[in-house]
Amino acid sequence: MVLKSVEKTRRETLTLAAMAGLALLIAPRMSLADEAAVAAEIKKLYGDKKLESGKIKLDVPEIAENGLVVPINVEVESPMTDSNYVKTVHVFADGNPLPGVVSYRFTPACGKAAASIRMRLAQTQNIVCIAEMSNGALHSVKANVKVTIGGCGG
Amino acid sequence: MISRREFLQATAAASALTVGGGVGQLGRVAAQQRLTQADITRFDPLGTVTLLYVTDIHAQLMPLHFREPSINLGVGEARGVPPHISDAEFRKYFKLATGSAEAFALTSDDFVALARNYGRMGGMDRVATLIGAVRAERGDDKVLLLDGGDNWQGSWTSLQTRAQDMVEVMSALRLDAMVGHWEFTYGAERVKEIADKAPFAFLAQNVRDNEWQEPVFEARKMFERGGAKIAVIGQALPRTAIANPRWMFPKWEFGIREEDLQKQVDESRAAGAAVVVLLSHNGFDVDRKLARRVKGLDVILTAHTHDAMPGLIRVGDTVLVASGSHGKFVSRLDIEVKDKKVAGVRFKLMPVFSDAIAPDPAMKALVERVRAPFAKDLARPIGKTDSLLYRRGNFNGTFDDVICHAMLAERDAEISLSPGFRWGATLLPGDAITWEDVTNATAITYPNCYRSQMTGAQLKEILEDVADNIFHPDPYFQGGGDMVRVGGMGYALDISKSVGSRVSGMVHLKSGKPIEAAKSYTVAGWASVNENTQGPPIWDVLAAHLAKAGAIRIEPNNSVKVTGA
Repeated sequence: MVLKSVEKTRRETLTLAAMAGLALLIAPRMSLADEAAVAAEIKKLYGDKKLESGKIKLDVPEIAENGLVVPINVEVESPMTDSNYVKTVHVFADGNPLPGVVSYRFTPACGKAAASIRMRLAQTQNIVCIAEMSNGALHSVKANVKVTIGGCGG
Repeated sequence: MISRREFLQATAAASALTVGGGVGQLGRVAAQQRLTQADITRFDPLGTVTLLYVTDIHAQLMPLHFREPSINLGVGEARGVPPHISDAEFRKYFKLATGSAEAFALTSDDFVALARNYGRMGGMDRVATLIGAVRAERGDDKVLLLDGGDNWQGSWTSLQTRAQDMVEVMSALRLDAMVGHWEFTYGAERVKEIADKAPFAFLAQNVRDNEWQEPVFEARKMFERGGAKIAVIGQALPRTAIANPRWMFPKWEFGIREEDLQKQVDESRAAGAAVVVLLSHNGFDVDRKLARRVKGLDVILTAHTHDAMPGLIRVGDTVLVASGSHGKFVSRLDIEVKDKKVAGVRFKLMPVFSDAIAPDPAMKALVERVRAPFAKDLARPIGKTDSLLYRRGNFNGTFDDVICHAMLAERDAEISLSPGFRWGATLLPGDAITWEDVTNATAITYPNCYRSQMTGAQLKEILEDVADNIFHPDPYFQGGGDMVRVGGMGYALDISKSVGSRVSGMVHLKSGKPIEAAKSYTVAGWASVNENTQGPPIWDVLAAHLAKAGAIRIEPNNSVKVTGA
């Protein structure tokens, strides 16, 4: 059922885009996560523990060229030694059907804590990254990615 | 933290008027009917390096009229600052006399009367004359000629020859390097073919293969002029894959790629560059932000947004040049290099007044030759206008009104949508409308005019998304261009709001009834970025309408109510 409804939505969307003379990437009429859903996921994992800024470099496009495959690159600054390394990196999206996107586990043997994925974004939304360090410290960063129709003036 | 006042520091603009002459004393001279080529080229040279810059020519080989916008709103940090000022405000800022030649070239009011007085602008044979004059004065070894892109698209001849006419013209001008945007709409294969074969460099640091992230084009090129090394880095329109049909270059991705650009700058310096130039199709507001964030750029040659400014805008140690469009201007930037660094710059925006400049005979012959196979067709009369027909403006253009009317009539639609393109020539009241005029406003590689059903909610979504592409307060989230033109429907737009809440009061003009979210409407439009869009090419739709409509008379268009500016 779910798959069927997604398919229909996508067809509707593409038809609309063709009609508009513009490319509307995705506009599903389905229930989507929000900021609160991402916050709830983080709370589930880490309770009310303080989130610090810094350390995480999150590289996403300001505007997605194709909302179906948006490149997300994340790298966390760390010496990656036995005593000081990045344990886990979680990626969340606050405008997709489910807030959780992916979780990476690292060990000092990884050498560096870096990962790249391409993900589908249903609409303009925030990508949130949480990095858990070996000493228990948590870092977070948030970036907005715009998903828009095409067409141009210049 | 840089204060607002500091980064808005546009004092260079005003001072450049005195330093470089701006467009100089043309107004007075012209009024006395003594406008000469010498007035236009007069320049007190500086240093040993001269950059000549043209951009957004949109394949216009012949002199034309092009009316600058009367409405060009800026948002966020760009609000109310150049280039987002127009008419009296623009003239005051740049110290231009009302009714002068420079006022005609750079502002929109009183356009018809001034156009009849000052004549057409541009023409590649005139551009060739100006470039030749500067090369003769400075010596070939001191001059670098650069093009900011949107060179290959915008005319019937460029469309029919798949840009071969422009490639030949730019090669004959001895262009050193260019960058791209509309170029990409000829498809990946054609762009690569030209980039590989042409005698000039096609530079783009921000175009990558989307599987391996490998560079598609040369990112930069080092030139030596006047004893100095000059690095030119190319920046294609970062939003090309959104603004134009991605299926035409399915393996390429774009983006601003600030960090990669910083690397290019640093490598250029390490390789001995005394001058680092960004040849940029970012658009002016994006470049203004980028100039604060990427360190070590001496010059940004801006493009895309078609702004023309008779002075430099300075951001930190970087100067920004805005050289207009359609061949109306050639920018000259003289650079003095001392101790392998830029020690001074002097600027002039040379207006290409076609009546004042003698055509370069060789270029005149070349232009005639490339146009010859199409000359008969280009001259074919299609219609006539009694109104001024122009494109530029954030919300409407009278030429767009004609296109919207044509789609409503010829495609039997309730509502029509026409993209907010900034290119296309202006026609004066009384002008015949030829096939050349029709295609100067429509010549693209994805011209099909569709006819479909759309709900009110879908129409609102489109207007909201396009508005956000123009009025997002952060230029990095903008897509460029102007608002989509709408026929048959009015609406209100509060540009100060955020996406989803800017558009209200949508109304079907003919019936006077509000647009209903759930109701379906018949909509015609063109320039869809989707593959396999069905419908006749827009030039045939427009020509059919013009042939039936008689002399075109456009009433003032008040169907978009704008607030929050």
